[in-house]
Amino acid sequence: MTSAYEPWNEARGAEIIAEHAKLEGATLVILHALQEAFGYVPEPAIPMVASALNLSRAEVHGVFTFYHDFRKAPAGRHVLKLCRAEACQAAGGDALAARAEAKLGVALGNTTADERVTLEPIYCLGLCATAPSAMLDGRMVGRLDEARLDALVKEAQR
Amino acid sequence: MTMRLFVPRDAGAVAVGADEVVTALELAAEQRGLVIEIVRTGSRGLYWLEPMVEVATAAGRVAFGPVSAADATSLLDAMAADGPHPLRLGIADDIPWLKRQTRLTFARCGVIDPRSVEDYRAHGGYRGLERALTLSPDEILADVTTSGLRGRGGAGFPTGIKWKTVAQASADRKYIVCNADEGDSGTFADRMIMEGDPFVLIEGMTIAGLTVGATKGYIYTRSEYPHAVEAMNAAIAAAKRAGYLGALIGGSAHSFDLEVRVGAGAYVCGEETSLLESLEGRRGIVRAKPPLPAHKGLFGRPTVINNVLSFAAIPFILDNGAKAYADFGMGRSRGTMPIQLAGNVKHGGLFETAFGITLGELVDEIGGGSFTGRPVRAVQVGGPLGAYFPRALFDTPFDYEAFAARDGLIGHGGIVVFDDSVDMRKQARFAMEFCAIESCGKCTPCRIGSTRGVETIEKIIRGERVAENLALVEDLCNTMKFGSLCALGGFTPYPVLSALRHFRDDFGPAPARLEAAE
Repeated sequence: MTSAYEPWNEARGAEIIAEHAKLEGATLVILHALQEAFGYVPEPAIPMVASALNLSRAEVHGVFTFYHDFRKAPAGRHVLKLCRAEACQAAGGDALAARAEAKLGVALGNTTADERVTLEPIYCLGLCATAPSAMLDGRMVGRLDEARLDALVKEAQR
Repeated sequence: MTMRLFVPRDAGAVAVGADEVVTALELAAEQRGLVIEIVRTGSRGLYWLEPMVEVATAAGRVAFGPVSAADATSLLDAMAADGPHPLRLGIADDIPWLKRQTRLTFARCGVIDPRSVEDYRAHGGYRGLERALTLSPDEILADVTTSGLRGRGGAGFPTGIKWKTVAQASADRKYIVCNADEGDSGTFADRMIMEGDPFVLIEGMTIAGLTVGATKGYIYTRSEYPHAVEAMNAAIAAAKRAGYLGALIGGSAHSFDLEVRVGAGAYVCGEETSLLESLEGRRGIVRAKPPLPAHKGLFGRPTVINNVLSFAAIPFILDNGAKAYADFGMGRSRGTMPIQLAGNVKHGGLFETAFGITLGELVDEIGGGSFTGRPVRAVQVGGPLGAYFPRALFDTPFDYEAFAARDGLIGHGGIVVFDDSVDMRKQARFAMEFCAIESCGKCTPCRIGSTRGVETIEKIIRGERVAENLALVEDLCNTMKFGSLCALGGFTPYPVLSALRHFRDDFGPAPARLEAAE
């Protein structure tokens, strides 16, 4: 898969910001939209958001850093999120997380050296009755076992 | 003749192959020259049978499950011949697990097409709003209050009183906010409603709007719920087209509009004041109360903020009357609770029933025990901030007060089942760790206490001065419980202390102090 994201471009960034700036409480909406376009929230966008919403840079930076979702740098080509919350723990999620870390050679929260895969913890996908669960690039996967996890890891490494 | 099939598009079903089943069914039908129509529904909530495929017959909808793509051909043959199949479950409505439930809120979930207003109306939808439009706000308030409905997000605050407070407040504008930030592990009822019967939420919020005089509503949900976001947006667009949202709803003089907003992976935003901050575009930092959101909520305006399940219960109450709802339940817990069975459980899913059913019935009879077949040792009720219950307390009835009396909470109705391989030290440690990761940082007991809690429990796990450190954890829990600003820091002690109290053996030799406290 080639990257679905556009490279950072100030004019495009300004266009995205302008598109949502009139909404009530627009900051999160704009940050989401920027990340959806560029794969992360490029640093130069922060002062642009601040000026569009009449906020200080510090306020926008504060919002950006508060939420786990927003990235300051692009992720790997594929993002594999493993649910680490209680329902998935109860169903064997701990061992699967350790297995994924071993297979990819990185701890949760990191990207492989070849920048192919970012492995992340996630706290609940709401698939708790078909636990353990995972999400690969937005695709939900339930009833994980070793074989299904291995297949997911392999798919992510492609 | 066209065969009408139903396959869920619920994320839980999609995660175990529902989309692949649809593709395979379409291909197999084409190869066999069969004409089929596939309706993508929500899930009925019998997740161990997902993907569950249903077919319309003269006798009712016949269900099959769990279906895999490889079953497509044989399934179509069995459906066309109305013949036997190893996965055949019989008439869906007669499956005992479903039949035993009292589905008031979830009556349509898994049955109707969640994108179709017509289908919603054909199954009794919008009758509650139609009746509400003939009533005065006071009359609606009386119904909501008499129904005994309490906030289904976890706090159990009477919905009628909350609405009345907002109705009586005067302001240039008011808001209806739906807390759909369902972050508790073991819960998925909000997600199921949004994906399977989104119009019931829209209808409930619309009724709230005309009751309190608000014309704008927000549904704040999670980025971890992309299917729910898509389903809600589609339903809102459909409701607008049908005249059920926007100006002059249902031909009345009232206007109401809805918008979905998506969080960004912060658990604390499920706390209502933190959610309001986030909706306003800020860090999800908890606000001190008072002022209550009912007085000063979103953008400082009077705001009704309720959970998805609270709003979703409203149309039934308005349609069938307060008494019809209040007739179910026990004590001060009236109506039904959509209970979610999750984790290491054989029959996991959504079980809506009247309050009063015992924990043991839920776990052993309805849940069927553990998926691994090993003995159930502990269940965590009410999410990451809920207590762990041992088998000895399985006689506890599902009721707000009964759980509180045993130092627990029903929260949002999630039950996570653990078998006897669970190490309760690890679970206690995780509760603190989760609080440390998700703390908004505003108050010290939560921000610092959770980190110290992780460190101290780790010392216990390593066997360092176990008795002393256990006493320290207990003390720390009391500080967090009484000194935190919101339920995140305030309730994290529930799982920790319940693990200590009920699963004492996991933590090494018993210190005198804890024993004396028993």
